[in-house]
Formats: sequence, C-alpha cells, structure tokens
Amino acid sequence: MGKRMRDDEEDAGEVALRKAGMKLPSNIKNKHKRSAEYAKVRAEKIKEKKQRIKARDTAERQAVELGETPPPRQVPKTIENTREADETVAQPDDEELQVDDGVDEFSGHFARAQMPKLLITTSQECSSPTRKFIKELLTVIPNATFYKRGSYDLKQIVKFAKNRDFTTMFVVNENRKQPNGLLMIALPEGPTAHFKLSSIKLSKKIKGHGKPTSHMPELLLNNFTTRLGHRVGRLFASVFPQDPQFRGRRAVTFHNQRDFIFFRHHRYIFEEKEIKELAPVTIGVNSDKKSRKAAPKTVKKNAVVARLQECGPRFTLKLQSLQSGTFDSKYGEYEWVHKPDMDTSRRRFFL
Amino acid sequence: MQSDEVVWQVINHVHCSFKAKMQTQNFCRNEYNVTGLCNRSSCPLANSRYSTIREIDGTLYLYMKSIERSHSPKDLWERVKLPRNYGKALETIDKHLEHWPKFLVHKNKQRLTKMTQYLIRMRKLALKTKRKLVTMPAKEVKREKRREAKALTAAVLDKSIEKELLQRLQSGTYGDIYNFPVKEYEKVLAMEEMEPAGEESEEEEETTENNPMMNQMHLRTRTCNQAVNRGRPPSRSRFLRREVKLILRQLAERKDVPMSRSSMKRSVRCRMRIFDFCNILPTRLCTILY
Repeated sequence: MGKRMRDDEEDAGEVALRKAGMKLPSNIKNKHKRSAEYAKVRAEKIKEKKQRIKARDTAERQAVELGETPPPRQVPKTIENTREADETVAQPDDEELQVDDGVDEFSGHFARAQMPKLLITTSQECSSPTRKFIKELLTVIPNATFYKRGSYDLKQIVKFAKNRDFTTMFVVNENRKQPNGLLMIALPEGPTAHFKLSSIKLSKKIKGHGKPTSHMPELLLNNFTTRLGHRVGRLFASVFPQDPQFRGRRAVTFHNQRDFIFFRHHRYIFEEKEIKELAPVTIGVNSDKKSRKAAPKTVKKNAVVARLQECGPRFTLKLQSLQSGTFDSKYGEYEWVHKPDMDTSRRRFFL
Repeated sequence: MQSDEVVWQVINHVHCSFKAKMQTQNFCRNEYNVTGLCNRSSCPLANSRYSTIREIDGTLYLYMKSIERSHSPKDLWERVKLPRNYGKALETIDKHLEHWPKFLVHKNKQRLTKMTQYLIRMRKLALKTKRKLVTMPAKEVKREKRREAKALTAAVLDKSIEKELLQRLQSGTYGDIYNFPVKEYEKVLAMEEMEPAGEESEEEEETTENNPMMNQMHLRTRTCNQAVNRGRPPSRSRFLRREVKLILRQLAERKDVPMSRSSMKRSVRCRMRIFDFCNILPTRLCTILY
C-alpha cells in the first residue's frame, strides 16, 4: 500500500530514475549473476577504450599524412606534474640564491676543496644491525671514522669533533635494535638535519652487487628543487670530497622523490650498444598501405648507454627537521620542522 | 577527652580508608604518616601528639600536631620551615621535638635524611640531558611506508641515474676519458631520411629537472681534476688507450663468440680493469682478454 502511494506522488522523470536504479548490477542479489553483469560492463568499457584509441591513432596518422600537425595527445596526470605550486622553488638564474650560496655554511667546503672529515657515532645503545650499517657507510664515504658513543652528551661530542677538525658528524639513532634515524651535523657552525632512516639494504643482500674501489666518488643530487631542497643537497655534497675521480667510475646518488631521498651507490660504465627504435613517420612519402607495410618499423641505432652495478648500501631518508647551528634541540632555531599537518595533501612536497 | 586507643581499635580492626593491605605488610596512605606503615605508633589519626616532615616544591617542612589543638582541625598541624642545610635541619628538629617520644624524633630524622637525598638526586638529574621518547602512531608509520614504496616506483632510479650520467658525458664533464664521439655514432642504418642527430641528444636532455647548479659544481671540479697530474707519464696512457680501443673494436666485431651473459660480464670486468690505468702493464693486456 505504501508503494502505490509513492507511485502517485512521483512524476515521470523520477519514476524512470528509480526504475533505472533498480536495474543496476549492484541491486542483483545473486552473486554469480551480479558478477556476470559486472564483467559485461567492464568488457564494454574496454571495447570503448580500444575504439577511442584506434580513432585517435587514425586521426593522428591522417593529419600527419596531410601535412598538418596531429592533435596533441593527452598527458596523463601524475603526482609529480600535479604537484602543488611552490613559490620556494629555486630557479637556476636566481641571483639571491647565488649570493646566499657564496655566504652560507658550505661555501667554505666548495671553495677550498679540502678533504671533508666525517665522524660517525650512534645513540647510546648500539646493536649489531646498526654496527653493520655503519661499517657499510664507512666504505662509501671517504675519510670517515667511527667512534663509540659512550655516555657523552651530543653537545659535548660536537665540541670534541670541532677540536679534532671534523667537518661533519653523523649520529645513527636506533630503535628496537634497528637503525631508524640519522642526525647530520655540519661543523663548525653548520645546520643540523634530522632524517628518518628506512629501507636499509646492505650490500650483501643486494643481488649482483659489486665491490667498490677507493676512488673518490661522483655525486648525483637529483630533484632537489626548492630552496630547502637545495640546502639539503648542499649538506649532502659537503660530506663528499669536491674532487671526484672520474676514472674510478663510482657514483653516489641522492635522489629526491616526493620528499623521500633515496641513496644509491653504483659503479657505472659507458658502452656503445645497438638499440632498436621505432621508425620515424615520414611526411608524404610511402603513405599507401603496401609501402607502409614494406618499410621497416624499427630502426637500428648505435647509441651510448650507461650501465650500472650497484654496490654498497641502499637506504631511504626523509627529512624531519632542519635546525640552523649545531645540535641544540631546546634553544636552536629550526628552519624547517615536519608537522603532521603537512601530510594532509598528497600533492604537496617540500624538498 | 582524647581517646587514641579507641580510635586505633576502630581503625585497625574495623576499617581505615588510608590502610593499604599488602601480602606481607600493611601500608598507610595518609600524607601525614612518618614511616608509611600502618602501626599503632605511626598512625597520625590514632596519636594526638604526632609530627611529620613533608616536602612542598623542594622545601621541607616539619609538621607537628598536639592535643591542645585537637578540637579545631583547621589549626591542628603546626608548620615549621626547615633550613636547607641538612645539619641545621637536624638541629631544628631536635629543638622542636625536644621532649617528644624518641620514636617520633628518630623517625622524623630518618625521613628528613631520605627526603634530602632524593631531592639532591632530582636536582642532579634535571641537569643531565633527557632522552626524548617520540610516539610513532601506527597509522602514520603505515602511511609513510606506503608512500615510500610509491615514490620508489615513481623515481625509476636506475633510469634516472643513467640519464644523468649520460647527460654529464654529453656535456663534457668527463673530458677526454671516454672516446665516444656521440653525435657521429648516431647513424641511422636503415631509413633513407634521417632525423637530425641533434634530436637524439635533445630527447636525453629534456628529462627530469635536475638542479643545474649541482652539475655546475661538478663541471668546475673537472678542471681541478685535469690539473692534477697522477704521476704517470702521459705518453704511456695514450699508448694504452689506443691499444684498448683496438681490442674493444675487435671484441665488438667478433660475432662468432657467443656473448652470453657471463661472457659479457667477463668482458665488462676486463674493460673495467683496463680503464683503471694504475696497475696494468701493456704486456698483460693480451692475457686478460681470452
């Protein structure tokens, strides 16, 4: 009785909608029949997509043959190209940036080309995974030494390191016997960066790993776009010496992607290789089907490629905070601190 | 009339809200208790003449209660501030509790000693650095892990590193270490109409936007590197390089040799050893290669 009353109050449009709703696959109670309906819907979608792509390709080919520019293809949206606009992105021609670079804490390192000296220590408990990780770090970074922590305060250790002319200090923090944090302190008055350390893979566990030589490595710093990223990049660069030995073919990479900094250590080699590429479409020539089929679709080219062999550890860093001055968590001036608020947008990155 | 005994009988046998019964012992939770135990002589409710020491914000006070004031609870406890000096505090206790039962005097002095010791320890600890315990909400940990995995796939690390290295090669950072005349090698072998060679290099350049300043840094260092003489006479290295080029060209032409994966690795390893000019003598070159 209630149903009939409802029918009287609805008008024709609403009735149609309701009836269409009742025929949705989600309203079928039988699972087999429901999934069969869904399969049909999916097959339809795939067919439509194929038709769209075919139509687009023919339109392109026709336009090219006629000599017109083909209609532009849609670029798929990625997180990187829909990244929130950041006004702090460092432009290469920025004078202010160049002036700052000449005056900041790392300018001395870049100017004088003196060998940087690294001190590695841990938090007060140190277990064997941390020690293994540090052992690997010592092979990657030239001129690094490990000191046991003892019960000294970090501020005291900073003072001792300055006395012995160290240029950078690493403190590997541990939680439940796994290294989980890295504190980088540039000395003498450098900034202190705290990173979250994750996804550590030691060289033994890497399949096909190589043994690194003792040549000075080359440094690659990818994707450090903003001012903050630039500063962090310079911090990394200050750990490695400024005179890479290219004959050693050793490359250390810090690659920033969505605020995660991936560290990799490779040996590389350049080789000539024959690679096959798609033949370029010619305008006007060979447009009929027969000659198009006869013409080769791929073209052989001699190109130079770089091949990599991974050696040494692999880990990921995520910047937690950057504090100017040496370690002083209470009274130090923080240039950047990560807050949970910053994670709310999936398209906003800071490095 | 004060009836301590009656009070004690009731408290001990019937119910006392301050009594904490444990397996071995009974404790007293009353703030004015000197010893902390539930005893006839230590109960502040069952003794009309009683004294304690209490600590407020780091200073110690001697509290005393007497029968004369038992009718007004507001003025029941008399308070005396104890001096910071331990010896003087002991003297003060002696002075105020001069004719009091020895039990109370003794217990008060014991309590004073314990309290001064723990206050000293607290002050020492406050000077030391404390470790900060940080919470790791499971939701956030999971989220970070997920995002890291996706960032890793988006990074395409090997390819981006290779691209960057090739960029450096083409921009001349490596100087004359390598002899790939890259543009000449980009010959199209099949088609008649070629696309210009420049287009190939353009494709490699319009890749990920690496900070050009980092590359400039290494460009500057290349000149440093060239200036440093490795202590070897230049003529010998030029000879080696020529030899190596010949051998490599022969290797590339040798189509009869099946280049399996292991043999490719071997040849690469040989080439790596050759390029490391420090240790190889020219006579050893031929023995290394097959």
